[in-house]
Parts: sequence; structure tokens; C-alpha cells
Amino acid sequence: MPSANESQSPWITWTKDPTDSVPYQVFLDPAIYEREQERLFRGPIWAYVGLEAEISKPQDFKATFLGDTPIVVNRDKDGTLHAFVNRCAHRGALVCRELHGNRARHTCVYHQWTYDLKGNLVGVPFKNGLGNAAGYPADFQTSQHSLRKLRVASYQGLIFVSYAQNVESIEDYLGPAMRAHIDRVFNRPIEVLGHARQFVSANWKLYAENVRDPYHASLLHLFHMTFGMYRSSQGGGVTFDAKSRHTLLQSYRRNEAEEVAAYKGTEVRTYQSKYSLSDPSVLQGRPEFPGLSIQTIFPSLVVQQIQNTLAVRHIIPRGPERFELIFTYFGYGDDDAELQAIRRKQANLVGPAGLVSMEDGHAAEIVQQAIVRDKDAASVVLMGGRGIADEESLVTETGIRGFWRYYRDLMGFSGPANVTKESESWMRASSVSQ
Amino acid sequence: MDARELRFAVEELQHAYVHCLDSDRLEEWPDFFTDPCRYEVTTYENIEQGLPVGIISCDSKGMLRDRIVALRQANIYGPHRYRHVVSAVRITRVEDNTVTAETNYAVYRTMLDPVNYGHSELYSVGVYQDMIVIERGVARFREKVVLVDTARILSLLVTPL
Repeated sequence: MPSANESQSPWITWTKDPTDSVPYQVFLDPAIYEREQERLFRGPIWAYVGLEAEISKPQDFKATFLGDTPIVVNRDKDGTLHAFVNRCAHRGALVCRELHGNRARHTCVYHQWTYDLKGNLVGVPFKNGLGNAAGYPADFQTSQHSLRKLRVASYQGLIFVSYAQNVESIEDYLGPAMRAHIDRVFNRPIEVLGHARQFVSANWKLYAENVRDPYHASLLHLFHMTFGMYRSSQGGGVTFDAKSRHTLLQSYRRNEAEEVAAYKGTEVRTYQSKYSLSDPSVLQGRPEFPGLSIQTIFPSLVVQQIQNTLAVRHIIPRGPERFELIFTYFGYGDDDAELQAIRRKQANLVGPAGLVSMEDGHAAEIVQQAIVRDKDAASVVLMGGRGIADEESLVTETGIRGFWRYYRDLMGFSGPANVTKESESWMRASSVSQ
Repeated sequence: MDARELRFAVEELQHAYVHCLDSDRLEEWPDFFTDPCRYEVTTYENIEQGLPVGIISCDSKGMLRDRIVALRQANIYGPHRYRHVVSAVRITRVEDNTVTAETNYAVYRTMLDPVNYGHSELYSVGVYQDMIVIERGVARFREKVVLVDTARILSLLVTPL
């Protein structure tokens, strides 16, 4: 039943602290989905929406989404990035009706209201009338009818937008630990290699959990195990930003000497497989990064580096029980032909048809299918204990707990007093600092 | 081989190919290809921008075999059956024993899991852009580019198109 002072808000039972138990209602309830669009996607966050490399030339634009709000990101004649809601200020029509392109202005087809690349209204047909028609009233000002502008920030070529005016800087939002990893991956100009889109019948937060969950990696994804490539000598861990909203999962191979020592010792579990790859060229790579990393920037971005495959994944919610995932694969501008071919071949390992990781969307779907009638039941998120802190282990659900703590703060869902107080104080602090 | 025999051989290959996939004889699927070969699944979005990475890209029969072993042994997905519907073949070029052809396809996917059992939906529609070689009367794909219209892939893509 709704509490008296929050009758407009979804009511949720979520009393556990820390967030080691998640009520399934959050994956089902349309009211929670609505509240997410307002408080989270239009709240004090930076949402990833694309790569600068996708709109590299002046006047290039890309139509995409902030949460489920259609938006446009484009580059002005002087190179500056601008973003606005893709909804005509006149009667609400979609202004930009193409996925991407190059335009000096954006004109709504309905009545040809025309906007410049900043989103300012610059042209209104018959504004001053025509013949006996009076046109718009004298107090009509085009300057009052711009497209809804968004804040835009770019970090190492990743474009983020924010609906909120009081959001911290993108550098502060990412924090030093996340920035350091982005700096490593985006260390020189990139080149987009391709896109893949996946449509999953599940709540977007089931995927947000999945990409923060290294526990499932060797259990759900059996490709390496099946073909005899299981290595327990892999080390790794989980790193957070200061607010536990972003997560970096890393798994790295040790250097050769350590590897040999581990193999000779008892630590390694050798796995004898019946199967071997007919064509192992799909795994052949070039030393570039140590191991594997999955970095998740709240709420909509995943930066993946799996061997030599580099990609960003954009998570787009499409209603309470649907989300879309857009993979954008990239390499570097200075890749030689051989490295390009390696990246192209290794792309078989990931994405909607990825040999190694196609299962993630399916895992989200089978949760969505099973929880349908049990919104008051809750998941168990106890692997690695109850803490939310960096860990030198991959057998942990700390990343998931961190996500939910931050989510709950943003959404204003009641938690134990200490969590609420903490969240209020940092919300106050972040609005003061603007 | 005269033009009619050639067309018949190419059409037979298409029908045998989709029948193999639809009847779950996936272990036979690589045998429809030469070795080396090219099997690509990609989208107009990538082709129009000249982007080389799509959904699947295999350049040997071995890679095709590995996909099927992975499907049977490693990958986790909702059990399903495909039903391909293919158009008449449009042969665009014939050069010696090599035929270039385009064939439209639609794949309906029927789910076999307990929650969605029996639910069919249009899973993928697009065009096969094929290069077919005919050797000793046997037609095989040297190249099969599956150019999908349905760029928004439902759940995942595990069974080949």
C-alpha cells in the first residue's frame, strides 16, 4: 500500500541493507519504470549515447536515446557537440527521422519548423501570416521554442548527455578509477568497425546486473570450457568508483613464469575436453591488453575488451520488460591490416551471435519469464558476502550490490536510515558543488 | 550445363540448405560450403557505411563446424525450430562454373521452451547473396552473405540463417 507522503511514487518493500536481496518488482512494475525515466535517466547522471567517431565531421548527426527518450546528437560547424530531445517544439513530431547523416539544419516534416544544430528554432513557415491569415500572435518568439536541449560532455571520444542542469562534471561522474581504464582503452583515435543490435525481452536492469557479475562468467558461458581452454590460473577482480555505480571487471592472465608455476602446482584444474576447435584462428590475437575487461558506466554504457575485440554497448530501455543493446565495435585508426582482420574474426566471440557470450540476453529473459507472478519475492545477492567494495576475486556479486545501492538512492526507495542519510548528503553535496 | 540445368542446381542447393537448417541436421550444414569459404551475417547498417564487422564472419569450413559444436555443447539459448521460406533464385552472373545469385529469405522461429512453447514469430528477413561453385555436378557455396533486414536480432542468433 502506498505510504501517505509518497502516494505518487511506486511502493516497494526493500528493507534489506546492504542490497543483498532485490525484490523482483523492480523488473516488472510499470510505475517503477516510469520513475526511472524521471529520476534516473532524467536525473543527475551522465548517460552514454554514442562515440565521437560516429559523428566525426561537422554537421554529422546521430539519432539515439536517453533512457527511452528519442534524442539527436550532432556536431556543429565548429566541431562542438550538441544534443536535444528529438521532439518538435510545435506539435511534438519526431524532427530527425534518420538513424544518422549530415545536415546543416533539422526540419520537422510536419510543418517545417526548422532548427539549427544547437536545437534553436530558426524558421517557422507563415510566421507573419499569408494573405488574410494572421500568422502567429505578436508575442510569439521563436527563441521560446527551441528543442529541449541536453547537456553534452565528451570523455576520450565517448559522448554522454544529461537532462539535469545540476549534474557534476563528466570527469567527477566517472571518477579516477574509471577514467584510468577508459584512458587505457581510448588511448589513441579509434575507428568504428561495425554495429550489432540485440533486442531482449527482459528488464534493462537484469542486464545491468549481468555486466557487473563475474560470478556467472565461467558457469553460464561454456565456450572456453567446452573446447578445453579453462584456466583457473586467471586472476582478476572488481573495481568500483567512489559511489559504487560504475564497475570494472577485469580478468588477466599472469605473466608466463607465473603461468607455468601455477600450471605445475595444484592450483590449476586441467580440463580434459572431448572437443577441440577445428579452426582455432578465431582465438588468435595479438598482445594488446592484459586479459579481459568489462567496464560498466551507470546507467547505459558497457566498454568491453575481450582479447582484441573492443566494443561499447549502449543499453536502451524499451518499456519495463524489453531492452535493446547496441554493440559498436571499434579498432584504432593506426591498426594494420592484420590487426583489423584479427578484430574482425574475434568479433565472432561476442555480440548477438557471440560464441563466448551470446547467453547474457537469454539469462535475462529466463529471469523475466520466471518472476512474472512474484514481485514480492526477491533474489539472493550474497556471493562474496554483503559488502560493497573492490575485490581481488571474480567469484563475487559485489558489483551487483553496488549497482542497487546507487539505484536505490537515486530512486528514493526507502532503505535503512544510514543508507538514506548517506544518499541525501551526497545528493546535497553534488547539487551544492554545481 | 545449360541454363536450365544450372538454375535447377542452384535452386536445389538453396532448398537443401534451408531444409537442413529447418530439420536440425546442423552437423551437415558446413558441407554446403567449399573450404575455404565465406559465411557472413551482416546488416544494411554496416554494409551501407562500409563497416567490416557484422554479426557472424567465418572464412573456413572449420569455423562453421566449430559454431555447430558450440551450439550443441556450449551455448545456452531457448530451444527453438526455424522455418525458412525462400524466394525464387535470381541469378545475376554466370562465369564458368561459378554462379552469383540472390535469394530472399524469411525465417520464422518457433519456441520450444515451456513458457513460449509453440509461439512462432518472424525472426529474420533478408537476402542471401551467394557465390556458388558447381564442381562435378555438385553445387556448393563459396560465399554466402546473409544480408539481414532484421538488424534488431531477437534474443540472440545461434542457429545459422
